[in-house]
Amino acid sequence: MADPVVVVDGVSKRFRLYHERNRSLKAAILRAGRVRYDEFWALRDVSLEIEEGITYGLVGENGSGKSTLLKCIAKILRPDDGRIATRGKMAALLELGSGFHPELSGRENVFLNGSILGLSKRDLTARFDDIVGFAGLERFIDQPVKNYSSGMYVRLGFSVAINIDPDVLLVDEVLAVGDAVFQRRCNEKFADFRRAGKTVVIVSHATDALRTMCDRVAWLKDGQVVAEGRSEDVVDDYVDQGHEDRVEVTPEVAESRWGSGEVRLQHVTLVDSAGRETSHPSTGDAVTIRLRYRADKPVAKPVFGLALETLDGTWLWAHHTRDAGFVPDEIVGEGVVDLHVPNLMLQPGTYDLSASVVDYTTTHQYDYLRRCLRFDVEHGTPRESGGFVALGGRWVSDSFVA
Amino acid sequence: MSSVAELAESRELFVNLTLRELRGKYKRSVLGWTWSLLNPLANMVIFSVVFRYFLKVATTAGDPSGLKVFALWLLCGLLPWNFLSNGMSGSMGTLIANSNLIKKVFFPREILVASNIASWVVSFLLELGVLALVLVVAGSFVLPWLLPVIGLVVVQTLFVVGIGLVLSVLNVYFRDVQHFIGILLQIWFYATPIVYPISYVRDALKHRHVLFTLYKLNPMVRFVEAYRDCLYDRRFPPLLDTVFLVGVSVATLAVGVYVFTKLEPKLAEEL
Repeated sequence: MADPVVVVDGVSKRFRLYHERNRSLKAAILRAGRVRYDEFWALRDVSLEIEEGITYGLVGENGSGKSTLLKCIAKILRPDDGRIATRGKMAALLELGSGFHPELSGRENVFLNGSILGLSKRDLTARFDDIVGFAGLERFIDQPVKNYSSGMYVRLGFSVAINIDPDVLLVDEVLAVGDAVFQRRCNEKFADFRRAGKTVVIVSHATDALRTMCDRVAWLKDGQVVAEGRSEDVVDDYVDQGHEDRVEVTPEVAESRWGSGEVRLQHVTLVDSAGRETSHPSTGDAVTIRLRYRADKPVAKPVFGLALETLDGTWLWAHHTRDAGFVPDEIVGEGVVDLHVPNLMLQPGTYDLSASVVDYTTTHQYDYLRRCLRFDVEHGTPRESGGFVALGGRWVSDSFVA
Repeated sequence: MSSVAELAESRELFVNLTLRELRGKYKRSVLGWTWSLLNPLANMVIFSVVFRYFLKVATTAGDPSGLKVFALWLLCGLLPWNFLSNGMSGSMGTLIANSNLIKKVFFPREILVASNIASWVVSFLLELGVLALVLVVAGSFVLPWLLPVIGLVVVQTLFVVGIGLVLSVLNVYFRDVQHFIGILLQIWFYATPIVYPISYVRDALKHRHVLFTLYKLNPMVRFVEAYRDCLYDRRFPPLLDTVFLVGVSVATLAVGVYVFTKLEPKLAEEL
């Protein structure tokens, strides 16, 4: 059980960045072998072992070398130094349907793609119905694949690859293909796969998925392994570290701004309990959202408002001073309004804040800053499994003790 | 794993890729496979008109077959030439055309070149079959001679694969290889006795034996002559020529395999 199926031993991979990318014989002859290039180490002395039967994740920022490592394991790239030993049949899902010929039918392509991935015709014939059924393409299987929608294309590619039943499956960012139904089927298939004691190596940016799916995770940074261990620990460290201090938050960084300008918001900040500005509070922290405004002439009954969105634009929360019954009769000059939040009940992730000053009817905007403050929430207490909000609930049961 | 073992394991892939090449080649064309015969036919008509009727190239009589038809004589040289030329152009583009595959899946890359050339072998055999039928209809019972012709096809395939391996991988590094090859193929075509009998060159270089020997170093000279010996004249090609051809082909293949394995590991990043 504890036998490693993939052993990566001191692997380095170097890419050449040519100054003049001139692919011509003339240029090659003129240079006479003196090629000018910079070297870029995509991987540097990476060593890790992947045990049989586990799901192994590779995380890291773009350009950290994780996909290069996966390609080296898949034998697509050859390392310049070091050694990679693998055991058993291996299949790589690097890009789905990459071997499809557009003019050939789905049926012909299943056989072609399957044989590229190393399946014999007999195996393919036996699994053909499964493959087509899984992709849900029974009706279209004799159509040329160029007539497929991109979703159908990818589904068929995934279906072929997952059905070849390898011992080691290498997956690169393909978990997000197809519609919701297909996604669920993919996840079920991955689960079956893991239950069957197969090894999966996944490269992904979807840290939540990695955390729940993987047993172990290696975190790569600049081509080196920074941390390796239980997935929860490594992924959490990775997520927390990724939140470097955000740049100075001022209204100028707002995505868009409009309003008549009688009142202007000058500064929107997030302040922690110690009174320091922060851009990465933790779940459960006491924080204050502080608005600085300026009104050159007296403005009657202004209403201040705040709203939170996720990066994909889901509207999470909004609150304004009229609903809170906190409206002054008049403001003039500079001033500050704070919103005290006793416990920040947001799960780890990145959020955008929008701020506004409107008139009492809330139909006329004095100033509106859309997405003017971006902050990252880090792991804190309570620590819950996923989503955007933390409810702070507690599991209890009369039926068992845990 | 040695590449030979890998190749054996990928036999099925080789067959499938060859089928893909064959199926894909004439998809969406009304005439389909007929094109593979129409092309050499058009060549034959053009060359016959220009060289036989305008330039008055003499028709050689088959010895001992006694056949005397310029178009057939021409085809016996033209078909092997087309095989070489198609195989070279095809293998040159195949790695680039399949770059998405190379970058995403591991499999022995030489299969791409091999399957592309294999698809040309299939067309070549088809053309030869039709030519043999026509020869029979023209009164030359050529069928027993197809056996040595098959042998020649095998030897020429080694030669073409050798060249194809080099060109395919070189073209990835230097895209001007394909333009260069376009010119080279034109020169090579006229440096080979396809549209003219070799006797013209022998006569022209009567007092310059060295030059004639040099001319004959072009392997295609002996290939075309050997095909003609079997198909048109119905006689065995000279043993020495055959030995020369086998030697050159094996050597070319060896060079091809060497160059390819040398440059292949970096393919995925160069593409």
